[in-house]
Amino acid sequence: MGLYTDHRKVTHTPDGYELLTHESGHLEYDFGWHQGPYWSKYLVEMRDNARFMGIKCPKCERVFNPPRAVCGKCFVEMNEWVELSDEGELQGFTIVRFPYIDPNTGELMKVPYTAIWVTLDGSDVRMMHFSNETDEKDIEVGMRVRAVWADEPRPTSIHACQYFETIK
Amino acid sequence: MGNRVGIIGVGQTHHAAKRLDASGTELISEAVSRALDDAEITLDQIDAIVVGNMDHFENVNYVDMWATDGLGACMKPVFKVTTGGTTGTTLGACGYYHTGSGIFDTVLAVGWEKNSESDTQAAIATCANPVLERDPFAGAIGPLATEYSMYMSVYGATQEDAAIVAVRDRNNALNNPYAHNQMKVTVEDVMNSPMLSFPIKLLDICPRSDGACAVIFAAEEKAKALCPRPAWVHASVVRHDYTHFGDLEWQWMPTLERASEAAYKLAGITDPLNEFDVAELYIPASTCGVKWMDSLWFCERGGAPELIRKGTLEMDGQLPVNPSGGVIATNPIGATGLIRVGEAAWQVMGKAGDHQVLDVNKALVTGFGGCSWSDVMILGADLP
Repeated sequence: MGLYTDHRKVTHTPDGYELLTHESGHLEYDFGWHQGPYWSKYLVEMRDNARFMGIKCPKCERVFNPPRAVCGKCFVEMNEWVELSDEGELQGFTIVRFPYIDPNTGELMKVPYTAIWVTLDGSDVRMMHFSNETDEKDIEVGMRVRAVWADEPRPTSIHACQYFETIK
Repeated sequence: MGNRVGIIGVGQTHHAAKRLDASGTELISEAVSRALDDAEITLDQIDAIVVGNMDHFENVNYVDMWATDGLGACMKPVFKVTTGGTTGTTLGACGYYHTGSGIFDTVLAVGWEKNSESDTQAAIATCANPVLERDPFAGAIGPLATEYSMYMSVYGATQEDAAIVAVRDRNNALNNPYAHNQMKVTVEDVMNSPMLSFPIKLLDICPRSDGACAVIFAAEEKAKALCPRPAWVHASVVRHDYTHFGDLEWQWMPTLERASEAAYKLAGITDPLNEFDVAELYIPASTCGVKWMDSLWFCERGGAPELIRKGTLEMDGQLPVNPSGGVIATNPIGATGLIRVGEAAWQVMGKAGDHQVLDVNKALVTGFGGCSWSDVMILGADLP
């Protein structure tokens, strides 16, 4: 161990050619992801009725948000839809300050922004979304928060809800 | 349970932010040659190869085909795996499954990555559900930062506790000639570094690196014939959890609790802090080096800050963690987990040079990825 030559700072080949990096240029890759029956209903309910729909496992009775066809633990199909409150408890957060490229748009994310895990009343799991608070002093685990919906026409995405605001 | 299996050789490249001097294939062949050297065997003695990386980083999705020459894979069976952050430890599990099965006597496992060739965070973000979770995801740092906000709130852990972990791993790397980042730091340096995503700061988080690692596994009779002191595999366990990030329990890590519990049972370990002599743990951010210690049964839930503050996991502590510098010092993602396996194997074999822990009989290895998958492997100097 440690007997090998360290080439980390090398910039040219032994016979003097510059070591090249070939740039790809801008690549675009478009996708169309099939949402299936559960996520389609979930998104349409957010867009058209400004509400979050969860789903309940008949075996373990856990209510999941977002909904999905199969309960992970029980491997049982779920069909019992539950309307969730749009208020809940903030269970975890991070205030993102480093800029990075949004893979959905190819542009830099606007920072700071606050990502949260919130358990809506009626749900047994946490949902990922956003808070409008970007100062560490104004946000803490355990706070009650409430959804702020986008103005109509709402988009067919999780952004039908803009963010969660603190209930003071 | 299959054959008993030992690791008989390990090779690593010098890891760096950018390895301009080597294409991906060349980086792979560097690690492979060094592993064959370490094991003192030749390529014709390898029966099968498993290789892994994360396709998105280099935009080449057939590495088993594209890097055949560098892998030494001509006319051999090759099996490719790609499991995000756990790729390296999955490669370890694969090396073990292949030799343990009795179908192959000697298997070469190779993990590699050229993280400098692309946008690491954008590629990592593709692990999150594109419609439901990718937007708030915030790259690899997001969930790690968020889980620590919960841990601090529930158990009173602090940013300083995490800083102690960052200082430990970074300073340990000074004794590892292969490490990417070798920098002497203090807790103050870490606390003063720029905040990336509350509460994780620049010096708390791993780099992205170019690098490769190769580990050679051999079935019992072959291992005994070829190697004076193999690192025997005592346990290899993998556990996955729910699909959506929000479904998981984040105050502790169920997959790591269950995987380590199962691995300890297989290996006859009842008191991990005392029975292990060294640990190479997958700790991508210092906060994980606090919180995840609970899930390895080193202490009660919430007990990790106490361990960290007492110095239990330092080089001169009860259980040295990451003598190599760990992930915080070096992170070529497809190789990172396998480097844990290789470094732990070197500890058992007495080949860890300047960062060798004395009298290593049992070593603990972990891997972590994406949505909280956990891999645990236990290596020992004696046959299991």
